[in-house]
Amino acid sequence: MANDPMKQFEIKEIFNGPQIGPFDLTFTNSSLWMVIGAVAVIGFLSLTARGKLVPGRLQSLGELSYEFIANMVKDTTGPEAMRFFPFVFTLFFFILFANILGMNPYAFTTTSHLAVTVSLAVFTVVMVIVAGIWKNGFKWFKIFAPSGLPLPMYILIIPIEIISFLSRPITLAVRLFANMTAGHVMLKLFAIFIAFLVGQGGLMAGIAIVPIIGTLAIIALEFLVAGLQAFVFAILTCVYLNDVYHVDH
Amino acid sequence: MDAEAAKFIGAGIAGTALIGAGIGIGSIFSNYLSGALRNPSAAASQRTNLLLGFALCEATGLFGFVLAIIILNTPV
Repeated sequence: MANDPMKQFEIKEIFNGPQIGPFDLTFTNSSLWMVIGAVAVIGFLSLTARGKLVPGRLQSLGELSYEFIANMVKDTTGPEAMRFFPFVFTLFFFILFANILGMNPYAFTTTSHLAVTVSLAVFTVVMVIVAGIWKNGFKWFKIFAPSGLPLPMYILIIPIEIISFLSRPITLAVRLFANMTAGHVMLKLFAIFIAFLVGQGGLMAGIAIVPIIGTLAIIALEFLVAGLQAFVFAILTCVYLNDVYHVDH
Repeated sequence: MDAEAAKFIGAGIAGTALIGAGIGIGSIFSNYLSGALRNPSAAASQRTNLLLGFALCEATGLFGFVLAIIILNTPV
């Protein structure tokens, strides 16, 4: 039995890929579960997109999820940001399915690796910078200097604004990664504890009912966290997209 | 002190960041609840901000957890 709670995050090679420059294109279990997640999202959306006038159960599920994200983008950033709606929608569903698929036994949680979450977060923030400069020109850099302050304050404010902007990809990535990793480590520790108690036999095996109930509660919490973190990632993307459209705060 | 022992103590201290996160999450939900009971009609519109604040607050505590993991996995 695996007694190391970190062993579940191990990346294993499934089949060898070519090495192109610095990139190792080996197909790992992480890649496999990302492919499964993407296929599951496509399957979910193609099952729910029936296009009937009166939606059935499945179709209203798809429509509800569309409206949920569309309202989020409109409320947080404004109707002009609907151009970024496909990006936010994809991001939300990819993270949601990666998190929820990772809750299954023997599955691998792709979002519990910093490499995955940092890629998503850096892509988001670079996209905000590129879109901001594309739309506003070099006036976009005014987001680092909020208007209406006495002149000496800018010496203090501009570095703070720049640092807080540059820390966004880090916090965005580490939030998702740490939440998923912490949850899975906690579940594994409880499972090891239960196995240890049952292995002792007698009265100790009877006491094992307490951590079993605790584990069930934590599993419920983890499903909540899986949805919540996908939601938070998507809504923070919307908040950051504000900087593209509203340069003068 | 042994370097190995200092490593475990350091990881333990890094984990105390979660105290602040716990206080923060409690304060967010208690204030939301008291506000929602005073004005129930405005409560639903603020649920997004509630979850956003919860996630931002929780993340600061989890940075401590990440730090603890980094410390534990650093060879001495």
